[in-house]
Amino acid sequence: MSERVCDIALTVNGESVVETIEARQSLVDFLREKLSLTGSHVGCEHGVCGACTVRVEGVTVRGCLMLAAQCDGAKVDTIEGVSDSGEIADLQQAFEKRNALQCGFCTPGMLLTAQELLSSGAIPSREKIREHISGNYCRCTGYHAIVDAIEAVAQARAGSAR
Amino acid sequence: MKPAPFAYARAKSVEHAIELLAHPEARLLAGGQSLIATLNMRLSAPKLLIDLNGINGLSVIKASDGTVEIGALTRHCEAERSAEIAKYAPLIALAMPHIGHAAIRNRGTLGGSIAFADPAAELPACLVALGGEVEIAGGHGMRAVKADDFFKGLFETSLGSRDVLTSIRIPAATSGSRAGFAEFARRHGDYAMVGLAATAEANGRGLKNVRLAFFGVGDMPMRAKKAEAALGADDFDGAVSALGSDLDPRDDVQATAATKKHLAGVLLRRVAKQLLEPRA
Repeated sequence: MSERVCDIALTVNGESVVETIEARQSLVDFLREKLSLTGSHVGCEHGVCGACTVRVEGVTVRGCLMLAAQCDGAKVDTIEGVSDSGEIADLQQAFEKRNALQCGFCTPGMLLTAQELLSSGAIPSREKIREHISGNYCRCTGYHAIVDAIEAVAQARAGSAR
Repeated sequence: MKPAPFAYARAKSVEHAIELLAHPEARLLAGGQSLIATLNMRLSAPKLLIDLNGINGLSVIKASDGTVEIGALTRHCEAERSAEIAKYAPLIALAMPHIGHAAIRNRGTLGGSIAFADPAAELPACLVALGGEVEIAGGHGMRAVKADDFFKGLFETSLGSRDVLTSIRIPAATSGSRAGFAEFARRHGDYAMVGLAATAEANGRGLKNVRLAFFGVGDMPMRAKKAEAALGADDFDGAVSALGSDLDPRDDVQATAATKKHLAGVLLRRVAKQLLEPRA
């Protein structure tokens, strides 16, 4: 069984999807072109910029460095899913409030990456936040506002958990 | 860019992967964090990708009888969180945060990084510094190859066309073991301009059995044997000047050979300091 075309069945943002795809299609191209989920962006296509970040089985991955064919049976979450569910509403508000985005190209990947960092419940240091988003390039903001927004949400979440 | 077309097959077992490798233009797909990037850039265009990710039992981390065995499909993030690795393979624990970024470490595998043999990658150098070996399954059964013999050249290893790297084995750290790691990269997570993975054993207030594996300064991890001997004789200045003959880096897009040599000396002093500190 080795074909240039594959059938895959997976769950994307909670919905079942069955599609026939080219084996060489990346996960992010599949999401954008087959499912019209264009919130995940295509930047460098070699794993450097982080614009294509999505979650597979609950962890962030580069959508350009994983094949859609590898996601048969997997649970995939994109920015559309976590946005609609309200999971990252506080992060989105903090980004908006602090001007942590300008053109918005990096923002979906930045939000998913930040959400992964904050999911442990701890309040990371600013240095740790910078390290964690080091694989997500923003060419507009200079990062300070992004770090501010993530830090503020970490503190707010820890405060409301008490 | 998009990769050239290829066929895709999921290997159900190591034996199945070896069977599929009969295809003359096949490549094994592990974490894909280096391979898929090279396919996207069309630096490589295999006709068949054999996905190993569905094979069970290749991501076990086990410490026993003075050896740590790490399954080839162990993901970097799993190694990063592993208590066994922190305790028995502290050099790998030191190296982990330098490898790519969090999302890359969620997918990338230890076996994949070692088999890919990027000359600027951290793990091949760690394996050499640790004096480890790789376990390989091939058409004629299993064999072990020592790290010093495994890396052959630029992206070149002793893996044959029908071989699957199944695990790495390294000597477990003891109370006298020392490990040191440092690298220079322009941005966190980038490939290093120069890096150094090192191990040694405590010898009174000094060191013995020093192993220095530099990366980013040659076609593969480079042992610096004269510097190792000098460190074993407590001669730190001598070790740094020995790098002049131990290493012969070339200019590349990141730095000139002279800069790389200078940085190698700076790293050696930092790592030597780490090696002299008893383990916490």
